[in-house]
Amino acid sequence: MARMKFLCDADRCIECNACVTACKNEHDVPWGINRRRVVTINDGKPGERSVSMACMHCTDAPCAAVCPVDCFYTTADAVVLHSKDLCIGCGYCFYACPFGAPQYPRVSNFGSRGKMDKCTFCAAGPEADSTEIEYAKYGANRLAEGKLPLCAEMCSTKSLLAGDGEIIAAIYKERVTQRGYGSGAWGWQTAYRETITV
Amino acid sequence: MQVLKRVRPIGPVLAAVVLAFGLLVAPAGAQEGLSGSNPTAQAVNEQQLLEELNRIQGRVSIPDAKAATLEQPRGRDFRSFHEGALPWIGGIAIIGILLLLGLFYFVRGRIRMRSPESGVKVVRFNTIERLTHWVTATAFIVLAITGLNFVFGKRLLMPLIGPDAFSAWSQWAKYTHDFFSWAFMLGILVMLVLWVWDNLPDRYDGQWLRVGGGFFDKSNRTHPPAARFNAGQKLIFWSVIIGGIALTVSGLFMLFPFAYADVNGMQLAQTIHAIVGVLMVAVIIAHIYIGTLGMEGAYEAMGSGTVDLNWAKEHHSVWVEKQGAKTEPSQPAPTPAE
Repeated sequence: MARMKFLCDADRCIECNACVTACKNEHDVPWGINRRRVVTINDGKPGERSVSMACMHCTDAPCAAVCPVDCFYTTADAVVLHSKDLCIGCGYCFYACPFGAPQYPRVSNFGSRGKMDKCTFCAAGPEADSTEIEYAKYGANRLAEGKLPLCAEMCSTKSLLAGDGEIIAAIYKERVTQRGYGSGAWGWQTAYRETITV
Repeated sequence: MQVLKRVRPIGPVLAAVVLAFGLLVAPAGAQEGLSGSNPTAQAVNEQQLLEELNRIQGRVSIPDAKAATLEQPRGRDFRSFHEGALPWIGGIAIIGILLLLGLFYFVRGRIRMRSPESGVKVVRFNTIERLTHWVTATAFIVLAITGLNFVFGKRLLMPLIGPDAFSAWSQWAKYTHDFFSWAFMLGILVMLVLWVWDNLPDRYDGQWLRVGGGFFDKSNRTHPPAARFNAGQKLIFWSVIIGGIALTVSGLFMLFPFAYADVNGMQLAQTIHAIVGVLMVAVIIAHIYIGTLGMEGAYEAMGSGTVDLNWAKEHHSVWVEKQGAKTEPSQPAPTPAE
C-alpha cells in the first residue's frame, strides 16, 4: 500500500488558486469552507513564495489524538479521514492541527460549529465508496476510482504533487537536482517527521 | 520641433554607450550576482521562519483570516497537554480529593454538634441567597459532568456504550455545556455581589487557620470564633469567584470562537479552561462533602435557610452575637422554628 502525501513545490507555485477552485467544485464544498488554500508568504517582497496547503494527512495525526469522540481513522493508504456522524464540532482538531486544515460550517448558536469538514485526499469518508450519501457528506471519492486528488492533477505548473510519498519525493528530488535549487517540502517535517534532502 | 530633431540622434548613441559599458561590466558579476542565476537566494525558508516565530503567517485571498496561518507547530503543545498532562491533572485532583475525604471521614467521622439542639432557629441564608446558590450549584454540576466528558468520556464511557451512543451523548453534552454556562456565569456574578462583604478577611481568620478550623481535633472541642463566614468558607468563596471568573473569561473565548483570539489564543483559553475546570471540580467535591455528609447541621443552612441556635453559636459565634444584638431590641428571642 502506498503512503499518500502532498508536496507543494513552492518554487513553482504561481498562486493561481486553481487547486482551490478545483477542490471546491469537485466536492461541492459549501461557502465559507476551504479544504485547500494558497498562502503567500512575504507577499510583494523579494523572495515571496506561495504554498498550497490542505490537510497533510500527518503521521500520528494530532487531530485524531485530541478528538474527544475519536471520530478520526487512518486508511490503508495512510489518508486521515473522519466520520461526520460521530463529530460533535468541538473545534479541538483545529487547535491541534499544525496546518489549519479542519473547517466548520457555522450553523448554531454561540458560535457552535457544525460537523468538521476537511481535505479527504479525494478519498471521501467511512460511507460505502462512490455512493450519493458519501458524496453529500464528504465529496467525491477519486481514490476509489483509481484517480489521484484533483487539486494536484489540475495544477498547471505541476507545483502541487499528490501521491505515494516515495514517488513524489523522487520527482521533487529530480527537479531540485536539475534546476539547482528548491525551497524544500513545506510542512513535511511537521507532518511526517522527515523531509526531503537533496 | 527644432529641439526634438536635434535631440533624436542622441538616443541610439546613448543606448550603444550604455550597452557597451554594460558588456564591459557584466563579466565581473555574471558568475552569481545577477538575478536569475539563483532565484531562491532571497526566498523564504520554512525552517528559518519556524525557528523565528514558531509559526508561518502569510496572506490569503479568501475572507477567512485564520487561513493565513500556514503552519502553527504549537498545535503539538496543545495536543501533548490535552492528551498527556490534562487527564493526569484531572485524575489526580479528583481521585486525590475523594481519597482524602474518604480518609478524613474514616479518621474523624461526621462532625457532630456538641450541645443538643436548642429548638430555636436562626435565619442563615435568605431566599435570594439560596436561589443563587442552587442555580449556580445545579449549573456547575451539569457543567462539570458535561465538561469532564471532554477529557474522560472517550477513555471511560465510550468503551462501555460504543462510539455512536457516545457521540450522540457528547453532542448533547456539548450543547448543554454551552447553554448552562450562562446560568453559571450569572450565578457567579450575583454571588460576588451578595457575599463579597462577608468574605473579606477579618481578625478571626488567623486563629481559625492556625487551629485548622477544628477539623483535626478528634475531641471536637476546638471551635474557633468566626463571623458569618469562617476562613475555610472564605477560601471556598474566593476559589469559586476566582475560578468562576477564569472559567467565564476563557469560556466566553470558546463560546465565540476566533472572535477575540487567534488559534494560539484559543489554545490558551482551552488550556486554562480545562485546568481551572478540573481543579474546581475537586474543590467543589470537598465543599459538597463538608456541606452534607461531613458536618451535622451544615446542610440545613443552605437547604431550609435556617440553622439551630446552638449550631450557630458553635460554628459562627461572632455572627450569632451580632445577629442577637441586631434583633434583640424588637424581638427578645430569635424566631422559633416554623
